[in-house]
Amino acid sequence: MSMFDGFRFRRTSSPVHELDPRVKFLYVCIVFAIAVLFNQLLPLLVLFIIQVPFVVVARVQKEWVRSMKGSALFATFIFVTNWLSFYFYGGYESLSWLFERSLAMTLRFIVLIESFSIFFLTTSPDHLGLALEQSGIPYEFCFAFTTAIRFVPVLAEEAQTIMDAQKARGLELEKGNFINRIKNYVPILIPLIVSAIRRSLELAEAMESRAWGAISKRTNLYVLKMKRGDYFLIMISIAILVFAIYVWLYIPVPYMADLLSL
Amino acid sequence: MATEKLAIIKAKSLTYTYPIGAKPAFEDVTLEIKEGEFVILTGPSGCGKTTLCRCFNGLIPHFYGGRLDGEIEVAGMRVVEHQIHELAQHVGLVFQNPENQLFALSVEKDVAFGLENLGIPREEIRKRVDWALQMADILDLRERAPYELSGGQQQRVAIASVLAMHPEVIVLDEPTSFIDPLGAQKIFEVINELNEKLGITIILVEHRLDLASRYADRIIIMSKGRIVLDGEPRKVFDSEEARLVGVGIPKATRLFQILREHRFNISEVPVTVEEASIVIKEALKRDRS
Amino acid sequence: MIEVNDVYYVYPNGVQALKGASLTVNDGEFIALMGQNGAGKTTLVKHFNGLLKPNKGEVLIDGVNTKDVSVATLARKVGLVFQNPDHQFFCETVEKEVSFALKNFGFEEGTIEKRVNWALNLLDLTQYRDASPFMLSGGERKRVALASILAWDPQIVILDEPTIGQDHAQKERLRQFIVQLNAQGKTVIIVTHDIEFVAECKPRIILMADGRIVAEGETNKVLTDPELVNHASLVLPEVARIFISLRDFNLPKDVVDIYDASKVLLERLGKTK
Repeated sequence: MSMFDGFRFRRTSSPVHELDPRVKFLYVCIVFAIAVLFNQLLPLLVLFIIQVPFVVVARVQKEWVRSMKGSALFATFIFVTNWLSFYFYGGYESLSWLFERSLAMTLRFIVLIESFSIFFLTTSPDHLGLALEQSGIPYEFCFAFTTAIRFVPVLAEEAQTIMDAQKARGLELEKGNFINRIKNYVPILIPLIVSAIRRSLELAEAMESRAWGAISKRTNLYVLKMKRGDYFLIMISIAILVFAIYVWLYIPVPYMADLLSL
Repeated sequence: MATEKLAIIKAKSLTYTYPIGAKPAFEDVTLEIKEGEFVILTGPSGCGKTTLCRCFNGLIPHFYGGRLDGEIEVAGMRVVEHQIHELAQHVGLVFQNPENQLFALSVEKDVAFGLENLGIPREEIRKRVDWALQMADILDLRERAPYELSGGQQQRVAIASVLAMHPEVIVLDEPTSFIDPLGAQKIFEVINELNEKLGITIILVEHRLDLASRYADRIIIMSKGRIVLDGEPRKVFDSEEARLVGVGIPKATRLFQILREHRFNISEVPVTVEEASIVIKEALKRDRS
Repeated sequence: MIEVNDVYYVYPNGVQALKGASLTVNDGEFIALMGQNGAGKTTLVKHFNGLLKPNKGEVLIDGVNTKDVSVATLARKVGLVFQNPDHQFFCETVEKEVSFALKNFGFEEGTIEKRVNWALNLLDLTQYRDASPFMLSGGERKRVALASILAWDPQIVILDEPTIGQDHAQKERLRQFIVQLNAQGKTVIIVTHDIEFVAECKPRIILMADGRIVAEGETNKVLTDPELVNHASLVLPEVARIFISLRDFNLPKDVVDIYDASKVLLERLGKTK
């Protein structure tokens, strides 16, 4: 039940899950680009809202809300720092301007979290690794990436076991002053590192035994193929980007304050 | 069962010393393993059996370095002259720790790993993966992540991954060390199927002789780096040397050794529970009549 | 004395590992806790030294509720030897490794030295005193782990899967060692699924399945009952399987080791020879 759950892949089936990760990443980049273009609250609000249907279609509402909740703390921090920096370093026109600008910066951050969250919630690490491979990244890196993810739960469990084993020998992690507390972690770190080294050796043996490095042109059981849905998303994303650029260039976007006092 | 079968593994006066080793891990090993045999390789810890296994697919000498003297030939290839990835297509190796030989995030991707490395076309990979999953009885696990599986299931995935490469020989190094008895039994049943149905040569390094020896054609016992016994299970288990070396002789055999000491006559010492039952039943029936 | 009263435990990831487990272990008993992987055995023993605290129910060690004291306090009485020695080694020498717990518990220098010597001697490790634990063989590492727990002389010793990876001779030595520990008055609990090993030591058996204790009793009775053994996802000992196949011949059914078996058979057959 933590903020990280908002970014962990959720295995459901939905149209968004089926989309090519490369296309989804393009969408995230475009959202980022648009978010950076505007300083006004209105377009950022729009950007935030148009992504919500995405979340619903992807059936990851619960987890997405968690990522929003998790980012609340950092968002508040951004709001406050922006407020203070505009106040002290100028650009300060009026109270409502200050409020809106700070809120807009905060919303920019939230919009980014929103799209990244959608990306990671709907893309399995498998697919991600595959996307990296098909994007031309050398196989060694893709392999290191997916293998690392594969071992995350194993390492987490091992760390817990090591802590338990040392606690069972009287190690008290909470005791003592700051320096002592750091020293207390040595009996945890060393077994963890030694185990990781041993594990890599065993993995290397197993890789060799399965003909690792036999030929440079590896084949793959899976292949990512672009489908109708992917082209659709690409077109929408580009259309929105084009529209946003047009607006940014030619249409003066009003501040909320002006809109509301009308 | 091996009539005029060819030798798939030939070792002559093989001696190996690890790079940082003071003395050889094993020495003067001479043996021939014929195609289709089911061999159990056993012996006390440190006897060299694990090291010997790694010579069969080239991990020794290519991965470990060190000094390898003598001759070893596998599937007609001299091990010192061929890369591991060539030898791996003929001799598959399944390791002791199930967790550290699975890399992928799903079972079927793991089974495909070796085939992908070999550049085999996708349709062929798909066929072989399905076949291997079937043979290892893990078809229903194909989409699962390795972390979710039990140790026994993980080992069967490892076996399937090796099997998919169509090797002539599969070597298993203490595959059931971390597995519970039922899981271990399942693994032995799968290995036996591979041997009986597909004719794959099996070399199984094991301590659990009570569960595994019923499947073996041949037992090889090593001690302190040398082969001390090599033959039919019955003869090997009943020998004095086996007791002195200190391997886990099946209880069925041990029981009859004790009975024999008390002048109970038997022609052949049983190796399995079933054989023991038959012998005792006969004796009890004679007793009745 | 260990009292477990209707304990329920759920892991943070949602797995319900214990569903109402209850048992009593008296001082000086020798117990084998058995069941398949996932039955809850390790979860249960982690409650004995307070590493885990029950969600519902209670665990009392000599009358003290584990929820009321720290792990370090409980560990003084309850030594838990984990399955994999590599999960605890971090010192440069075996000596330092064995003295780690003693230092944590606040023993005096002089006492520490005596205890370390004693433990090394007990486990036949004196010649490895200055060796690095990482450089020792598998069997030796297991002994170092054992020595590091026995060093502070806990009243209750729990061994989690002590026979994994051990060869026949090592298991023999381990068996003798465990029996000796128990003979000295320690409460010994082994968590294992190694049937043959247990059949030879004959401890009191506690069978677990699905988070609960499903059977308790003498080795001879529990491990020869096919239904119980099946329920716990174990296999019958070899000797028991032989005798079950002979059930039509009116032989006693509760035989698990070869010496008892041979005695029974020789008595029965002795008449014709």
